[in-house]
Amino acid sequence: MSERVAVRKTYKLFIGGKFPRSESGRSYLVQDANVSLASRKDARDAVVAARAAVKGWAGATAYNRGQILYRVAEILEGRREQFVALGVPADEVDAAIDRWVWYAGWADKLTQVYGGANPVAGPYFNLSSPEPTGVVGVVAPEQPALLGLVSVIAPAIVTGNTVVVAASPAAPLAAVTLAEVLATSDLPGGVVNILTGRLTETAPTLASHMDVNAIDLTGVTDAELAADLEIKAAENLKRVLRPAPADHDWTTDPGITRMTTLLETKTVWHPKGV
Amino acid sequence: MIFEYAPAPESRSVVDLKPSYGLFVDGEFVDPTDGGSFKSINPASEEVLAEVAEAGAGDVDRAVRAARRAYEQVWGPMPGRDRAKYLFRIARIIQERSRELAVLESLDNGKPIRESRDVDLPLVAAHFFYYAGWADKLPHAGFGPDPQPIGVAAQVIPWNFPLLMLAWKIAPALAAGNTVVLKPAETTPLTALLFAEICQQADLPAGVVNIVTGAGDTGRALVEHADVDKVAFTGSTEVGRAIARSIAGTRKKLTLELGGKAANIVFDDAPVDQAVEGIVNGIFFNQGHVCCAGSRLLIQENVAEQVLESLKRRMAQLRVGDPLDKNTDIGAINSAAQLARIRELSDAGSAEGAERWSPACELPERGFWFAPTIFTGVTQAHRIAREEIFGPVLSVLTFRTPAEAVEKANNTPYGLSAGIWTDKGSRILWMADRLRAGVVWANTFNKFDPTSPFGGYKESGYGREGGRHGLEGYLNV
Repeated sequence: MSERVAVRKTYKLFIGGKFPRSESGRSYLVQDANVSLASRKDARDAVVAARAAVKGWAGATAYNRGQILYRVAEILEGRREQFVALGVPADEVDAAIDRWVWYAGWADKLTQVYGGANPVAGPYFNLSSPEPTGVVGVVAPEQPALLGLVSVIAPAIVTGNTVVVAASPAAPLAAVTLAEVLATSDLPGGVVNILTGRLTETAPTLASHMDVNAIDLTGVTDAELAADLEIKAAENLKRVLRPAPADHDWTTDPGITRMTTLLETKTVWHPKGV
Repeated sequence: MIFEYAPAPESRSVVDLKPSYGLFVDGEFVDPTDGGSFKSINPASEEVLAEVAEAGAGDVDRAVRAARRAYEQVWGPMPGRDRAKYLFRIARIIQERSRELAVLESLDNGKPIRESRDVDLPLVAAHFFYYAGWADKLPHAGFGPDPQPIGVAAQVIPWNFPLLMLAWKIAPALAAGNTVVLKPAETTPLTALLFAEICQQADLPAGVVNIVTGAGDTGRALVEHADVDKVAFTGSTEVGRAIARSIAGTRKKLTLELGGKAANIVFDDAPVDQAVEGIVNGIFFNQGHVCCAGSRLLIQENVAEQVLESLKRRMAQLRVGDPLDKNTDIGAINSAAQLARIRELSDAGSAEGAERWSPACELPERGFWFAPTIFTGVTQAHRIAREEIFGPVLSVLTFRTPAEAVEKANNTPYGLSAGIWTDKGSRILWMADRLRAGVVWANTFNKFDPTSPFGGYKESGYGREGGRHGLEGYLNV
């Protein structure tokens, strides 16, 4: 009997909950696979999908978002071996799963930690609460391919933002496989969109897009590109997370700054009286 | 029965103006080395108040170096409880000299004395008092067990609330352990220079606060100085964008508080008289020179006629004139340039087909004045519905359903503030959730407090000033 011929997987983009090829019809060979080479148009399409998802996701209850993020961790746990097979070290997969769980728990806590009542000098109710900023463009770290990716996606979406992520160009397979996890975790389509390909094509489109509210440059290693993206982001005053230092240790406690930078504080006043 | 008003002018004698002012660098007033000078005028009379130094790039450098030295040698290492005591001192001196500051503010800015006396100055003192108390409690502020200052802060402020904006910038910066170089606006530098004297009176260590006067070039030299760690700017969105570009690729942290085009939304169940007071306060407070002004009035269609009738009746009672008269509601427009901009946009309103109305109102002959004005029949495409006018000009639109009100309110690149007028609590909260604005005033408007975070969504900027949140922009978090 001849040996069974394996069914290979096609690695595609993740936009609006679907897995399209690049509209440009291009791909590039990386990690022994033909991976979609996203175009500027794909990036714009992903922003449209992310914007469409904002209302439902930001409007979902914090409890519901927490449940869904926890579900992502559950599904990820079940796919451990797939990531290991892609070359992700087992302890990195474990750390990535634990990070999802950590962030999932933040969904219904950050408002209390970061917002609060303000004791104004007058007869007014006055309350500050954080809200998601909207659509966030993210340049994921090149390494670690899975833990780095999870560490930038989870803090952005747990509070109700939606994201368009430019995956690590050199190690995109973990990102596409993570997309399959997300697609089967009750996460509404469009909340996370993942582009594979060249940063020089996708990142400037996200940084200059007028319907993107914030840009996370964590994974940009070229200082000149980072400065250029920050200049583009100034056009509509995007909130900016600057590149992470090259020696950043992704296994340490992430703190809450990643989440809070992508939040807006809204303060509501109302008079008290009878 | 209608009584005539007799003038009730506040005395200027409490202010002792010098003919000229230098820069405040390293604890001393100094002459500029590579700058020049300019005149600050009273916009209500066009009289020259004083000649003020214009800092050149070399002067800015001197100020930044003084701030760096003070940061490293004095202010940074100083225990928080001692920083607190200096800030408490400053707060107290502001209270003690509040009349002098209020009169000078009205002279230099053109705002009514009633406002500088009853709103600006109490808030300025309260702001220093509030942040003074934070200086020795930073580990409890929620930014980690040992939050550190950033370093030298470059701060550029506008002319609409000169002293209040100074307080919003300097108080949290100093409480967190930073030193500052502040540039006041070129049309309103005088109260900042009087504040410099207050720093001397408080024995604040030299170099902790430096004040460089000048215009755009001075501001640019300050913001782009390589040894500045933090930039804080309040002003136009256009300049804010330029600053955001200029700090790209640097280590500098940035907070921006920029323009606005707030919707003030009146539902059919709102008490009309209260709503009208709120509308008037929203757009005519401080001559409309307010970034969070309620400059777009959205009225539910079925009560539009009634609300407008009341509004016009109320507007006819507004007294425009001498800022130092205690009866005055609306003072002078701050500068000839701002008056020209208000006129240009108002003319565009008429030209684009909106209907213009102002009460009969006698304006003084000298100085810069603009009668309170409303435009009805405004569409969302009109320039007066989209662009910040920064003057006493209100654009009126209508809506039928709450969803339409939200849609129209959010249809702007700005997101600083919004107002809601309705008797229904659940509707207030429903609306407040959906309005994309940093401050939502429900059944009130233009209220400020040092404990209450202020700042915008979208192109109104980022970061918050006031409250615990206001510390974040001055800590290394």
